[in-house]
Amino acid sequence: MDFIYLLFILALSVFLGFVIISRVPPLLHTPLMSEANAISGITLIGSLIAAGSENSSPFTVILATAAVAFTTYNVVGGYFITEKMLKMFKKKGQ
Amino acid sequence: MDTEILINFSYIVSCILFAFGLKMLGSPVTARKGNILSMVGMLLAVVVTLLSREIISFQWVALGVVIGVVAGLFTATRAKMTQMPETIALLHGFGGFGSMLVDWHAYHVHPTTSLIVTIPIFLSIFIGGVTFTGSCVAWGKLSERLPGKAIKFPGMHFVNIAVLGALLVLGFIFLSDPINNYPIFLVIVALSLIMGVLLVIPIGGADMPVVISVLNSYAGLVACTTGFVIHNTVLIVVGALVGANGIILSIIMCKAMNRSLANVLFGGFAPAVKSKAAGEKKEAKSMSVEDAYLVLEAAKSVVIVPGYGLAVAQAQHAVRELSELLEKNGAEVRFAIHPVAGRMPGHMNVLLAEANISYDQLYEMEAINPTMDTVDVAIVIGANDVVNPAARTDKSSPIYGMPIIDVDKAKTVFVLKRSMATGFAGVENDLFYNENTCMVFGDAKQTLQSLVAEFKASASHA
Repeated sequence: MDFIYLLFILALSVFLGFVIISRVPPLLHTPLMSEANAISGITLIGSLIAAGSENSSPFTVILATAAVAFTTYNVVGGYFITEKMLKMFKKKGQ
Repeated sequence: MDTEILINFSYIVSCILFAFGLKMLGSPVTARKGNILSMVGMLLAVVVTLLSREIISFQWVALGVVIGVVAGLFTATRAKMTQMPETIALLHGFGGFGSMLVDWHAYHVHPTTSLIVTIPIFLSIFIGGVTFTGSCVAWGKLSERLPGKAIKFPGMHFVNIAVLGALLVLGFIFLSDPINNYPIFLVIVALSLIMGVLLVIPIGGADMPVVISVLNSYAGLVACTTGFVIHNTVLIVVGALVGANGIILSIIMCKAMNRSLANVLFGGFAPAVKSKAAGEKKEAKSMSVEDAYLVLEAAKSVVIVPGYGLAVAQAQHAVRELSELLEKNGAEVRFAIHPVAGRMPGHMNVLLAEANISYDQLYEMEAINPTMDTVDVAIVIGANDVVNPAARTDKSSPIYGMPIIDVDKAKTVFVLKRSMATGFAGVENDLFYNENTCMVFGDAKQTLQSLVAEFKASASHA
């Protein structure tokens, strides 16, 4: 049942994504892409649990810590680059 | 139990913030607020996750976060606007790799036989591996550390199919007994990484907008499958949003090239057929900067069509200066942006925004084409295939049917170009031989700067 419930969420989210994103104008496609990229780093929360839970071997510690570092990099880099780009979109006189 | 409810409730709020953040990117007026809302959503998700009872120690969490934050800020502050395509490619890759490691960890710590978990693990490793190395190759090509041209070798398709086949077969073996098949899992990891290189290596520079969009979608898919592995709803929602984003952008890019996704990813352009059966020898006219200035000086309506060449020449500031002088001279200046101009979706818009060009001067192809015959001068800077009228008229041309910016309908067309070389598609550009076209040869930035100097000189004489 749990699995079906997750699939249900997936189906609705895909629909939501198509509706929201098809309304973004080509003008902002690059920031859109880096924003989407930043939020795809949400797997960070999975890596936090992995790195914080009981890790029996050094290997799992390395896996989990590297996962945290890479996903944090994705999130932080993605958001700040989006901000950097959006800051430049100005109308005359602004 | 209470923290569990708090965490899940906060996840819902995060998802809403992410969705609103993307929605607010629909307009440049609200976009920055949208980005901040999205950041708040992320921060909330991270903070409540740290409250989770499963987390018993923080030293490794802290170490990873510190490394990630420092590296992320370093990349974001150092990246120049002209380096956006490769920077975004790199972020895709590292994000995908991070997600893949989460799944590897989950499998290593709690191997299970439940297909509901092992199938998503297999998919995460496969897609995550392809995203990682594929993005690294894209990064290399975009930053010119690797040759930008398509790299092909004989039997390439055969090798690709063999690797893909091996991955599927090993996948089945792995799924049949996931607990005892750790070595096979490792081979799957390795082959997925190889697959990513093989898939992106044969794709040429001008097709990069599609590749980046597809990798974006993959990064979303990995987040999604990881959500199934660790039973986390936010990951599934976000993964679906990002996946949809990448798919929509890929479709838009392919439509703008009149090619199918499969053709871009696996085909490449067919060798250009010798068109122009008549074989009449035409000659392109060229014009000096001084004469071009005289034409521009009299123009009332000017359209500038930028392409990747503008980014290469880093001429965005020079073009802004020229557009300001033209406006001062009483002309209306508009920029016409083709969807696939540049190396990623929206590349030209970012570049021109960096040079402080107002975004209401940037027009989409569909908006500008109907007004093209009222335009006095169209200036094509570093664009080629996207302004080739053969796409409209010549059925034998490989780019026939591709939507183009109809610069040939303007009264005069200036093409700023180094030489008569063909564009990415390797097709002769009929535009260059038209009656109303003049080539202005030379480095785009220098030509623009000389035009600016001409305007300034005449202003000081008056």
